[in-house]
Amino acid sequence: MTAETRFPLIAQQPLEAVLAYRNGRAITVKCFLTDAYKVAATLSAKQYILNTCQDRYHFAVGFAATLITGGISLMPSSLTAETLNTLQVLAPGYINLGDEEIDKTSASKQNTCDPTTLKIPTIKGEQVVAWVFTSGSTGTPVPHSKAWGSLVKNVRIEAQRLGLSDGRRHTIIGTVPSQHMYGFESTILVALQSGSAFATGRPFYPADIRNAIAAVPQPRLLVTTPYHLHSLLSSGIDVAEIDLVVSATAPLSKKLGEETETRLHTRLLEIYGCTETGQLATRHPTQTAEWQLFDGVQLTMDNGQITASGGHLDQPVTISDRLEITHNGRFLLHGRAADMVNIAGKRSSFSYLNHQLAAVPGVEDGTFFMPKEEREGKITRLIAFVVAPTLNAPTLTQALRNRIDPVFLPRPIIFIDALPRNKTGKLPHTALTALAKTYVPQS
Amino acid sequence: MPNQSQTPETTQTLTADESLQQEIAKLIVVAVNLDTLPAEIEPDAPLFNDGLGLDSIDILEISLVLSKQYGIQLRSDSSDNVNIFRSLRNLAQHVADHRTK
Repeated sequence: MTAETRFPLIAQQPLEAVLAYRNGRAITVKCFLTDAYKVAATLSAKQYILNTCQDRYHFAVGFAATLITGGISLMPSSLTAETLNTLQVLAPGYINLGDEEIDKTSASKQNTCDPTTLKIPTIKGEQVVAWVFTSGSTGTPVPHSKAWGSLVKNVRIEAQRLGLSDGRRHTIIGTVPSQHMYGFESTILVALQSGSAFATGRPFYPADIRNAIAAVPQPRLLVTTPYHLHSLLSSGIDVAEIDLVVSATAPLSKKLGEETETRLHTRLLEIYGCTETGQLATRHPTQTAEWQLFDGVQLTMDNGQITASGGHLDQPVTISDRLEITHNGRFLLHGRAADMVNIAGKRSSFSYLNHQLAAVPGVEDGTFFMPKEEREGKITRLIAFVVAPTLNAPTLTQALRNRIDPVFLPRPIIFIDALPRNKTGKLPHTALTALAKTYVPQS
Repeated sequence: MPNQSQTPETTQTLTADESLQQEIAKLIVVAVNLDTLPAEIEPDAPLFNDGLGLDSIDILEISLVLSKQYGIQLRSDSSDNVNIFRSLRNLAQHVADHRTK
């Protein structure tokens, strides 16, 4: 591949093909392009764009418009005041692009899609098209540049793994947000690159998921997380036929996998990846515990440090998760990085969260702690031990609300006189566990 | 139908509404592991964000419990969805109107 290699925005789709299903209407590739070009006409070149669209189709249009104008889509993991401050610094002059703006220009709504043949844009492989953020260890969100070529190569392999390249047109239904790496790649990009369509909603309740699935033609793919899957199965709701269920962002037990395949008469595949690397591997959890790396990706172990390289990756990336390389292209996942915390599919890091906690006026010392997981499907919340004589739970929670995603808000907050730091100032896990047992008996 | 309920401090006659509210308050506290006592949840206080501080995960958890207990299936496209979770009173009213168990 030369530096000048270009990749199309949309592959394997004729202009008349359906790209999206929105509120009962089918939107063609042609209409999508019309909308994208219309929105692009309202943007200046090379802008930073914060795409806040909740509607999946709108998000895709906004992303395409940004792509066309050479801009960068900003994808922070949350929209707290703290994050927006960071964006002002890292991406000065960024503009907001939301559902309202896209809706106004939407041709597909008014059935005025461009009758002339539109060209599908091609973009240089090394063009940076998005910044996706993770929670940095120093308390500031960290942007990760995503080049178009890398993204395209990644999702094309994903499409093969998920069976989307089998000649049939699939429709993807996702419960995950478009703004996170998983949803971005697995509901939108993979559809654009593999000749599939996507449903524009983001179903929440089990009844919503059932309705969303029934509203689109077969074959259907459900892109979701263990939490939503568990919720769907617990509800006992009957679901129409799904070809494939895809799960990611958190470990999925063999039991939940088996239950999913049996009760929904389907196959379940898991994806392993992260914001830094994109998607790296898949596995069929009811058949094996082993993950299979994407084509071309290699894992090397050096001095206890694991690095991923090759394949769609533009450069080597350190992997902090505890992986055991088994044999050619396969590995076992023993655990996520110690600093990482994941709640209901949202990821952060303890060092980031603790930084945010320490920055709250009135907090003299404090730490987040994750108690032992209660049981599958039940979301375990973080607790916090805090030394803050002038604060109480409501005031501290309110202060944290401006800084961290609500899903990470501690529950409960335990106010104490001093944290059990050892001589080197560290907080041993055993000490925190003991503290948790005393104050939060059910943990 | 009026209900007789006794607390150590007072003798209260609960209406069917209040009784259902307390029942649901208890379900909420258990479902999402709240630090609050069911009796402390004020019927008109906001449940979401401020007030009780529930978020969307809690809502999903509670909706599961409500469906098991009362046979109600919540849907995002129902027009009064925002109102349903606006307060304990609203939630209890919705349950009373739509329960099948």
